[in-house]
Amino acid sequence: MKEPIIEFKDFSFRYYAQKQPTLKNINLKINKGEKVLIVGLSGSGKSTLGNCLNGLIPFKYEGEISGSCKIKGQETRDLSIAELSKSVGTVLQDSDGQFVGLNVGEDIAFALENDNVPLEKMKPLVKKIASMVDMENYLTRSPMELSGGQKQRVALAGVLVDEVEVLLFDEPLANLDPATGKTAIALIDELQKKTDSTVVIIEHRLEDVLYRHVDRIVLIDDGAIVIDDVPDNVLASDVLIRHGIREPLYVSAAKFAGVKITPEMHPSSIDTFKLTEDDKDRILNWAKSHANTKTKNKQVLLKGKDLSFSYDGEQNIIDDISFDVKSGEMFAIIGKNGAGKSTLSKLLVGFEKEDKGQILLEDRDIKDDTIYERGKEIGIVLQNPNQMICNTMIYDEVAYGLKNGGVKDEEIKERVYETLKICGLYEMRNWPISALSYGQKKRVTIASILVMRPKIIILDEPTAGQDYRHYTEIMEFLRKLNNDGQTIIMITHDMHLMLEYCDRCITLVDGKIYYEGLPSSVLVDENITQKANLKMTSLYDLAKIVKMEPNDFTQSYINAERSLRHEKD
Amino acid sequence: MKKTKLFSYVDNGTIIHKLSGLSKLICFLLLTFASMFTYDIRVLLVLLLISLVISYIAKFPFKRYKLVLVYFMIFMVFNFLLNFLLAPNYGVEIFGTKHVIYVFSDHFTLTWEQMYYQLAKFVKYICIMPLGLMFFYTIDPSEFASSLNGIKVPYKACTVFALALRYFPDIQRDYNNINLAQQARGIDSSKKASLTKRVKNVAKILLPLVFSTLDRVELISNAMELRGYGKEKKRTWYSYRRLVKRDYLAIGLCLFIFASVLFMRFVVVKNLFWNPFI
Repeated sequence: MKEPIIEFKDFSFRYYAQKQPTLKNINLKINKGEKVLIVGLSGSGKSTLGNCLNGLIPFKYEGEISGSCKIKGQETRDLSIAELSKSVGTVLQDSDGQFVGLNVGEDIAFALENDNVPLEKMKPLVKKIASMVDMENYLTRSPMELSGGQKQRVALAGVLVDEVEVLLFDEPLANLDPATGKTAIALIDELQKKTDSTVVIIEHRLEDVLYRHVDRIVLIDDGAIVIDDVPDNVLASDVLIRHGIREPLYVSAAKFAGVKITPEMHPSSIDTFKLTEDDKDRILNWAKSHANTKTKNKQVLLKGKDLSFSYDGEQNIIDDISFDVKSGEMFAIIGKNGAGKSTLSKLLVGFEKEDKGQILLEDRDIKDDTIYERGKEIGIVLQNPNQMICNTMIYDEVAYGLKNGGVKDEEIKERVYETLKICGLYEMRNWPISALSYGQKKRVTIASILVMRPKIIILDEPTAGQDYRHYTEIMEFLRKLNNDGQTIIMITHDMHLMLEYCDRCITLVDGKIYYEGLPSSVLVDENITQKANLKMTSLYDLAKIVKMEPNDFTQSYINAERSLRHEKD
Repeated sequence: MKKTKLFSYVDNGTIIHKLSGLSKLICFLLLTFASMFTYDIRVLLVLLLISLVISYIAKFPFKRYKLVLVYFMIFMVFNFLLNFLLAPNYGVEIFGTKHVIYVFSDHFTLTWEQMYYQLAKFVKYICIMPLGLMFFYTIDPSEFASSLNGIKVPYKACTVFALALRYFPDIQRDYNNINLAQQARGIDSSKKASLTKRVKNVAKILLPLVFSTLDRVELISNAMELRGYGKEKKRTWYSYRRLVKRDYLAIGLCLFIFASVLFMRFVVVKNLFWNPFI
């Protein structure tokens, strides 16, 4: 019998600002040394649960508590954030924002500084902890010089200095490219083994977390625990899909093919996943039956020709690249953080001017267009909706671009209403924006660009930080626009997204195009995935198991999934 | 480099950089006060020479700060003219003599006394300017925070300062993104629009900036509290550097300069100004 380190008993919590409790009657025990994955949609209460562990609830976000939440046998409400931080180390989602030091060493030392640890003890300790996360050679670097993965390592080191017993990760994968995410999960696993700590991971990217062993999966929906079981059992049931969580691709492919998944097949990892010959045949046949590829053959709308750009005049961030975007395409720009994706999009919309080369829109060089003139042709939706919204009412926000352009009032009204209807916001047209959820805000920002009727819309990480349900909502909405002929360019490091929705993609590596073509071919080519810090999907492994060309298998999967969606429409 | 940031600490390893933050702060204050205490042009010229020598030792990249320096000089020239227009006879009042150079009118008479007074003032400013720039150029911001704490400024105020420097580039980037996104939707905050329009448009940028900054503030304060910030009355500083011989040497040197200036001011000349006219 192991001792529980975290124990919720009939625990409920209601924020004072809300009528309904966010957590309802939670009963959960986590034993010392366990690794537990908490999954759930945004707004399901999973982050609230995490905040109960580190003390942000009830000390920072106040509310009404009933029942008990104990850490190491002590009620959390009798402690303080500072006391709890000695047992529970929290790594937040945004590793850039939580980087409070001006350099790596200082950030790692932050907790020690607050504990008045003398300098001569602090320095060697920081060095030791930094080496645990392989950052000992970066102690003097500033956060601006680090990649997302490195910042996360620093954040992790920053809580490890406290010798915490519980490591709490709040959506650790949200801001990482696929390969870095994989490394992060491996690192968490290693550290747990080294330090003998208990690990709680809150994340909705289930498959990526399952890359390493997890003891239990706890699914939360609507503030209550739906299931709390070992991964094999959870994956064998259909509870994840029912509650809006994406299953691992190989599991859903097998389910598509009609294979009955049981816990005995060990579906928690592709390496342990046991399929009978019968199952394999079934999957192969299913894949073959969906193997038709139709490529859109359309006119070139936007052309990048020999583009180069650098910020400092020394290092080219965009290095002599050429590409075509065709009319009506859903086009993806992918690559690791810092590969030049965002810079390329800035060139396209005129926020930055290319040093060399040309951007041709319908064969016209648009170099001398002002940002506004370009904005009417190529609109951009920034990743963070809060950076775009500058009016308090929905109608005004969507009408903003037209008003500035001196469009007549009646026409504005007509176009805004039309756009709001397309975006499913018409009913809310007189609402204040502050009443909207993140996903709805995102839609408002898309509407505010769409209303200008641009030929191309560029979306920067349209689904970052969104759970599967909201992700699907946004992407299906974009697909509908695309089906109506809207050309869309997406910048993303979400591989599922690219596979499912995009017609073509370019892969940037160090400012150069490493690959241009079908999305399904990218992720099955080991060379490309390694270079671009991407990750091969588990479909690749499954294809090998059933002995089919991975490229074709992936395409079949996409086709099957697409046709399934069409049926739903 | 297309953009230069004012507070861009670059460690290029000169002896000035190697000084502890605390001694940099003390030296900076001593030299600045020294130049504030006097209008004696001989002393000021020596101080100017000293501050230029320090800039040279610290390999201060004047080229990179060209824009700042040009603006500063324009401001100084403007100030010089304004000084004359507002109080053309101040020099005469101070020195009690009147050596006329040129008579514009009864009131506006150009005198050597006035010129000398304004020149002294001019030298005084240009001697402080490189010191200030240098200070921000050679000091590691977090070390600065720890030094402030070293001279008994409350540590919370010091962290606020360090954090401001840490997040300044981030907020600047946010501002740029917002500004550009607004321009793409037809807001013209460039020079083409009229001034009132531009002011109004800048106000429009502030709303999203405030919201995204508030998000950031909440995140930072959570991150800090979760690592035990603010529970004790004191804290230590990772970037604090103990004072070593060269620090005492530097402080000693600056103290000597400061004392010499005071000596000149109160014992030798016994006046704020050194009067060459008698």
